[in-house]
Amino acid sequence: MTRAETLPRTGDVTVTQTAFRKALLDPQQAVPDGLTNPDGQQVSKRFSVYRNNVVHGLSEAMLTGFPVLAKLVGDEFFREMAKVYLRIHPPTSPLMMHYGAALPGFLESFPGTLHLKYLPDVARLELTLRRAYHAGDAAPVNPDDLTKLDHHALMATRLQMSPASEVLITKWPAKAIWDFNMKGGPQPKGGGETILISRIGFDPVAELLPDGGARFVNSLIKGCSFGTALGLATADTPDFDLTATLGVLIATHSIIGIDKPD
Amino acid sequence: MLDIAHDNTLPNGAGVGYKPQHFAALIDNPGTVSWLEIHAENYMGDGGRPMAQLRHLAEHFPISVHGVGLSIGGETRLDPEHLARLKRLVDWLNPAMFSEHLAWSTHDGAFLNDLLPLPYTTNTLTRITTHINEVQDHLGRKMLLENPSSYLAFAESTWSEPDFLREVARRTECGLLLDVNNVFVSATNLDFDPRAYIDAYPLDLVEEFHLAGHDEDADEMGRKLLIDSHGTPVDEPVWTLFDHVIARAGARPALVEWDNDVPDWDILEAEAARATRHMEPALAAQVSA
Repeated sequence: MTRAETLPRTGDVTVTQTAFRKALLDPQQAVPDGLTNPDGQQVSKRFSVYRNNVVHGLSEAMLTGFPVLAKLVGDEFFREMAKVYLRIHPPTSPLMMHYGAALPGFLESFPGTLHLKYLPDVARLELTLRRAYHAGDAAPVNPDDLTKLDHHALMATRLQMSPASEVLITKWPAKAIWDFNMKGGPQPKGGGETILISRIGFDPVAELLPDGGARFVNSLIKGCSFGTALGLATADTPDFDLTATLGVLIATHSIIGIDKPD
Repeated sequence: MLDIAHDNTLPNGAGVGYKPQHFAALIDNPGTVSWLEIHAENYMGDGGRPMAQLRHLAEHFPISVHGVGLSIGGETRLDPEHLARLKRLVDWLNPAMFSEHLAWSTHDGAFLNDLLPLPYTTNTLTRITTHINEVQDHLGRKMLLENPSSYLAFAESTWSEPDFLREVARRTECGLLLDVNNVFVSATNLDFDPRAYIDAYPLDLVEEFHLAGHDEDADEMGRKLLIDSHGTPVDEPVWTLFDHVIARAGARPALVEWDNDVPDWDILEAEAARATRHMEPALAAQVSA
């Protein structure tokens, strides 16, 4: 006996969107009563068109949004995984450009990929790159405007950071894995990374920051003065390499304004 | 708001649904394509390449913004955040047109990324009317409502689709977007005469046509089931139905949609050119009248 036959027929033909939605995302659910073909008969194959549209549309959007993840596990496996994900985490807004935000957490406990412990970090990197792609536009400062400040003025300055700039700290070498798969970079090795994601023109970029760089850059993003950010970074990391960090910030077009103190 | 030099209305010619991979070819040689449609939700980021391309396109072509995520047919209230995002886009772009669907896509906080069907009853009529009034008030402009493609019917429906759309338009003063492929798909799937549908449709309220390709499948009873897939050329019977529409309604801005297995630009442009050819006799008559 199928599940549909066990349900009582009430004669009510009203199909609520709650019932429609439940049946849409759960193929085990019976098609709601009150949906018909031209002969007034039940319509499971017709209802499947909507089921397929939802699953296909969302899993293809994820495939496009996580190209390296898909490469790491294979498109076929990725689509099957996406089918599980999208039923637990359907989009919460129509902005598909940001869909998949819960995927890193999902991958932490998805039985099919538990042995691939680096996948959540790769997912985080791909999500951050996507945010950078759609972030607001801003032109980088001329680096000379920064270097010509004297020490006192520099320490009191607040740097405006690009809306595309974010720091990602990983347990696994996510950027090396990304580079290996997308740019033919060297074989990934080593452990966690501190990655600065930003955008040059219209193209997202990811660069590694030296030790202490996360504290420094995140302090700048929060609006701390240069001196405060440097103090915090040095307190954590006594040999913090400011020159190398500034080099990364400038190269990635992360500094978009210099607010000098009054 | 963007400063647009060209006439900012949709011309009575062919447009296409814009795909980023066509950007360079389209700017280089638009052919007969005289306007573009974009999906609103793809241009709700803060910046970057999509917004820059859109700004550039808007300097060259009238743009129609087509929403796919407002869920006008939803049982619950419209998402105020999404309405605000839409207003931000429309206020900045000042498009020649805005259109949405007679469908729902969001429920219980989940966006399902598909245009889902609703029954045509007095209740749903009231709901749709409220939602369209809210959209038009919020955006400060008239919108067009598009007829859906249907794979099944609701036993509870008490209105025909053309009557339902006419009544929505009467109550809200919105315009209509007639998707000719959707009519053909629904007519095949629900076994009605597409010409009779067109003859019952309030064509005087139509301000835009859509054309697209569909796929063919069958249901478990062996009945033909057409899928509105937007991944192939416009089917021949749809062109024939388009001729019937033009003969009755005259020419309107006509859009070719091709969203999956997107072809090279010249193939899409050729589809648009065909749409233009089908409207040429009507256009000549409209000019001389």
